[in-house]
Amino acid sequence: MRMLKQFISKIREINQRYGKPKIEMSKGVKFSLAVLRIYLFVLVLLMIYKFITVL
Amino acid sequence: MDFFSILYYRFKKVWKAIRLYLVIAGPGLVVMIADNDAGGITTYAATGAQYGYHLIWFLLFLIPVAYYVQEMTVRLGAVTKRGHAEAIFESFGAFWGWFSLIDLMIVDWLTLVTEFVGMTAALSIFGVPAWLTVILVVVLMGIIVLNGRYWTWEKIALGFCLLNLIYIPAAFMVNPSISSIVGQGLIPNLPGGFNNELFFLLMANIGTTIAPWMLFFQQSSVVDKGLLEKDIKMGKLDTFIGSIITVAVAIFIVIVTGTLLHGAPIDDAATAARMLMKTNHYIGAFMAVGLFDAGLLGAICISLASSWAFGEIFGWAHSLNTKVKEAPWFYISFFITLATAGVVPLIPGAPLVLITLFVQVVAVTLLPAALVFLILLLNDKKTMGEYANTRLQNIVSTIIVVLIIILSTLYGISALFPNLFK
Repeated sequence: MRMLKQFISKIREINQRYGKPKIEMSKGVKFSLAVLRIYLFVLVLLMIYKFITVL
Repeated sequence: MDFFSILYYRFKKVWKAIRLYLVIAGPGLVVMIADNDAGGITTYAATGAQYGYHLIWFLLFLIPVAYYVQEMTVRLGAVTKRGHAEAIFESFGAFWGWFSLIDLMIVDWLTLVTEFVGMTAALSIFGVPAWLTVILVVVLMGIIVLNGRYWTWEKIALGFCLLNLIYIPAAFMVNPSISSIVGQGLIPNLPGGFNNELFFLLMANIGTTIAPWMLFFQQSSVVDKGLLEKDIKMGKLDTFIGSIITVAVAIFIVIVTGTLLHGAPIDDAATAARMLMKTNHYIGAFMAVGLFDAGLLGAICISLASSWAFGEIFGWAHSLNTKVKEAPWFYISFFITLATAGVVPLIPGAPLVLITLFVQVVAVTLLPAALVFLILLLNDKKTMGEYANTRLQNIVSTIIVVLIIILSTLYGISALFPNLFK
């Protein structure tokens, strides 16, 4: 239990430490990250579809 | 100055450069040669068996592909002194950081399972039981890693890299026709026209050339070795030589199977080794030894890539220069990843084919993200300064990355839906 609590607090600490992206959010960076989000979203949808059809 | 003085001066200069290279060489050579892991050996063996020498020209194209992607990790590591996982967390925030770290953990573990499958299959040819192979590998890797010095680990890893060249004498032993290699292999051609089978194999070759763990491994390795900005030139040379060697080894494998097994159905490299043994015992044995070595090299690098990444994010000591007492979690995570992956091939009826397919699919989720982050980080002039990507580097690397993303995505989708491209 103590270890779990320590682990959770460590995750929180990491989330706080890296809360704000340090790279300058130029248009190019924003666009790339948006495309990446869409790409991964579609890929996850395909995987879920495959999982459902296999079941 | 007379002629001999000039000659002596030039010799001293070249010798100094060679000595400097030998000090800095390591991360590039190891990552590139480890790229020919168990899965890679299977892909190249199948390429030769299916298409003979016809796709050698395509393999040559993989030299710049591998080099341009990996050299960016050298610059990034040497300038920021941070591994790829930490660089992603810091620059893109916790969301993308966790996504990359968790994805890397899954991909690395699954790939590690495939390395153990390759190693156990290779040694089974010599009658070594799978459980003994797994124990031997874990003990051997423990000895290599626990010595507490990056330098020693690297030199041992380079020794295993040397063993990876075993395919070169094997290729000479099969007495291939040089004119056929040149005539069929070096002139770009698509044997039998462009079809799904060929497309799948080309994608598999690209997929084995650039894997997500390679980016994380080389950058962390550069940091652990302590390379500085002034070492970037030699680090890039190291990566370039490594990319040539990795493709050369791939070509020699294609020559071996293309000469002796052309037309034979090859599902994995162990099958190829068994078939080769019937033709020539030594060549079959070379193939099996090479497969074991490839799996071992892959396992060494992949398990370290994960441990380095965890250490960077969780703030644990994470260097091969530290003793177990100083960095317990680094070594614990290393052995947990290794041991749990090693157990899987020993489980009767374990879904190994499914795992192999799953590796391809999960890798497709991580590779594009890691590559996009890499290019964005290399364009962060505030951090990278004079080592940021130039316009030409951006054009070349963007073309390569976009191509890799398209092809690896198609490869992943074809693994998910095998009938889609038929």
